[in-house]
Amino acid sequence: MKQLREAMGAWLALVVYLPLFVLIAVLSLAWAEEQGAAILIWVAVLAFVGWQFVDTLAGWSDVPTAARVVAPFALGAVVLIGWEVIVRALDVPSVILPPPSQITGTFLSNMPTLWADFVQTILKGAMSGYVVGCLLAFGVAILVDRYDFLRRGLLPVGNFMAALPIVGTAPILVMWFGFDWQSKAAVVVVMVFFPMLVNIVAGLADTSAMQRDLMRTYSASYWQTLMTLRLPAALPFVFNGLKVSATLALIGAIVAEFFGSPTVGLGFRINASLGQLALDMVWSVIVVAALAGSLLYGFLTVLERWLTFWHPSQRR
Amino acid sequence: MTSGAGNRFGRAVLPVLAVVATLLSVWYVAVVPMNVKEVLTQAEREGAVVVPPSAAERRDSGRWSLVFANSHLLGASWSMDRSRLPAPHQVARELWASTWVEETTGRRGIVRSGSLSNRSLVYHGGVTLGATVLGFVIGSVMGVLLAVGIVYNRAMDLSVMPWAIISQTIPIVALAPMIIVVLYSVGLSGLVAKAAISAYLSFFPVAVGMVKGLRSPDAMQLDLLRTYSAGKAQSFWKLRLPASVPYLFASLKIAIAASLVGAIVGELPVQRGGLGARMLGGSYYGQTEQIWAALIVAAVMAAGLVWLIGWIERRTLKAMGAQP
Amino acid sequence: MEDPVIQALDLSLTFQTGDGPVHALKDVNLTVDKGDFVSFIGPSGCGKTTFLRAIAALEHPTAGTLTVNGMSADEARKARAYGYVFQAAGLYPWRTIGGNIRLPLEIMGYGRADMDSRVKNVLELVELAGFEKKYPWQLSGGMQQRASIARALAFDADLLLMDEPFGALDEIVRDRLNEELLALWARTEKTIAFVTHSIPEAVYLSTKIVVMSPRPGRITDVIESPLPRERPLDIRDTPEFIEIAHRVRDGLRAGHGDEV
Repeated sequence: MKQLREAMGAWLALVVYLPLFVLIAVLSLAWAEEQGAAILIWVAVLAFVGWQFVDTLAGWSDVPTAARVVAPFALGAVVLIGWEVIVRALDVPSVILPPPSQITGTFLSNMPTLWADFVQTILKGAMSGYVVGCLLAFGVAILVDRYDFLRRGLLPVGNFMAALPIVGTAPILVMWFGFDWQSKAAVVVVMVFFPMLVNIVAGLADTSAMQRDLMRTYSASYWQTLMTLRLPAALPFVFNGLKVSATLALIGAIVAEFFGSPTVGLGFRINASLGQLALDMVWSVIVVAALAGSLLYGFLTVLERWLTFWHPSQRR
Repeated sequence: MTSGAGNRFGRAVLPVLAVVATLLSVWYVAVVPMNVKEVLTQAEREGAVVVPPSAAERRDSGRWSLVFANSHLLGASWSMDRSRLPAPHQVARELWASTWVEETTGRRGIVRSGSLSNRSLVYHGGVTLGATVLGFVIGSVMGVLLAVGIVYNRAMDLSVMPWAIISQTIPIVALAPMIIVVLYSVGLSGLVAKAAISAYLSFFPVAVGMVKGLRSPDAMQLDLLRTYSAGKAQSFWKLRLPASVPYLFASLKIAIAASLVGAIVGELPVQRGGLGARMLGGSYYGQTEQIWAALIVAAVMAAGLVWLIGWIERRTLKAMGAQP
Repeated sequence: MEDPVIQALDLSLTFQTGDGPVHALKDVNLTVDKGDFVSFIGPSGCGKTTFLRAIAALEHPTAGTLTVNGMSADEARKARAYGYVFQAAGLYPWRTIGGNIRLPLEIMGYGRADMDSRVKNVLELVELAGFEKKYPWQLSGGMQQRASIARALAFDADLLLMDEPFGALDEIVRDRLNEELLALWARTEKTIAFVTHSIPEAVYLSTKIVVMSPRPGRITDVIESPLPRERPLDIRDTPEFIEIAHRVRDGLRAGHGDEV
């Protein structure tokens, strides 16, 4: 009986709330300019209807995947539509906050520039630094693992460095490596190195005494134990580090450009556009950065699922 | 035979000292090739014979080859005015000069004028610290509130949580300059603007960590409370909240480091004091020692703040009866 | 008469802990011959696991001598003279069952074709034929432990050291695995040293039962079992079996009586 009531309530919600939501959204978008301060009521109603819609979905005892995907989009839609209509209705100057429609337009018409910036900052700066930083961290981690003295000495230093505002090294590295992408890559290397080192060392150590004893009964060498036991066992930690470092790499590359860069690059574009008060361009750059971050994270998640299929956290 | 405590000290501290000493030595050695071109230019001006003799030729030479060709002229490497790589003692001297000396003997120092000198790193550090802490507190409190909302309201869980997770993959700090400029044009500047960025950077890490913590009690624990007919509020205060404390502190440490970075980045567009402004100024005018000194103050501040949270964490966990 | 496989003479092993020295083993004398099935039984702290680990060269004695196959324990380990089965299966979740069994073979450098045939044979021995491509988490606890035993049998080691391998399993599975282990022992003619908590298990499986007691870890009694080598499960209800079990229990009590 409860299921029947649930199902009826759910379908009612879909038949009533969803069309109502779409209706209010469309009307508010069409009539935004004439509403003035009354637009706030429109947005409040829209938010309310959206909330009811998601609330009904949440009420299902077994929420299907489709509903799970729809919920965040509903929130996103309310935010975007609310933003658009409020800016238009209250005539907010676009040097303060441009509406999403304007941002989309600027984004689409500036694709070549944005692409060049993307290549400079993300591909050349962030990615090369990310790869080099991870490889370096890997090499040092193996050394630390092999030689206990190094572990006791380097690991506390590494933990300490991982918490510092490494972006502060950007001006120094720009002075050493010049304005171009190499200095940004250097910043990324430094930012990524310590979290990766800490994670890889933790992963290599994450084997039980029993597993290590088994290797001793086989009289396995250090390298055999490393390749067959400790590296595979370390993978979950490695991926944790890779995901954290991915965001750090993007942050490092962009912020480093605030300290000096040639006339291309996402950070440069933000500064330059701010100087011209072209906020729609600034938002477009942020969209590019957001897309880059999500894509990288998504790629790492897929890779993680493939390589650590065996870990309990992936098997749920 | 050394006592247990003495041995433990040796095991823990000695390797760290050895590593730090090695790093410092490498730094001292690295100063030579890094500064060699400037040192040789200065030596040439003072009349020494340099190989090769013209600065233009030297520009294209390798640093180490210049070092080996002119090793007798390199004594000044560790005392250059505008070096590429200042020696550790030069940085230490600048650090001392911009903190203690400036405040106690400087014309605008606290001793002579009653307020902190705007040339001292104590002042700039304080500016950054203020924004960091204010933003951190606001962001953390709101993060905790959001986490409670997500855990107790399914609709919020479904709609907000994915955005919270995605926000961790986006370089939010790229928004900082824009927020500063926009708030500046509306009249809100300085502390409030930077705190806003710091708050935003702390918000999602704390929310995500707190959600994980509030959801950490296993099914068995929750069932036990259900057999006591405990209400939602009771199970929150008696089980979920205490269980979430370790997770909360872990994300607070991340959040405060992020807040500090946010405050520093927030000082770049509109430079009105703070460590970030100091670093940027140093890079504009080629004052390398200034950059290094500011960076070290920022690093010490970050370490101090994280350590402070760790200390609060230890006290809290001890009061809660956790094993050391 | 052949040389004994394991020979311990006045063997002692003392751990230095923060609370003072712990005498895990004191003056242990024991001979294990080829083809024996020796069980070690006793309460916690009696040193049975420590002794097994000493044989495996995972612990090192502080006094006395221990030889395995005529060599020191370390040399025997390097010569890969034994297979070790732990309390938990300890299979690698990222390898299939076949991959897990191949693990020691890869480390010891066996050839490809050799590895394939050994994996097949040993899976048949433990009745896991057909599970080669499955992952450990797809198998039950009992099956995982069988795979762990298979892994220890895959390479040519005449000695099998087992540390409470069935301790974590329920009684029904345990009975079945006990039967299978005896059948395996008969087929492969290995020497087996087996640590257990369970008196019926020790009496059922062994040709020789070593009763140990703690503080300090020592041997209280060595019982040569008069039971025939081929035993069905219901031998556990015969008077001879019960008599041996009583003798074991007496030995355990004697060791216990030294402290409250």
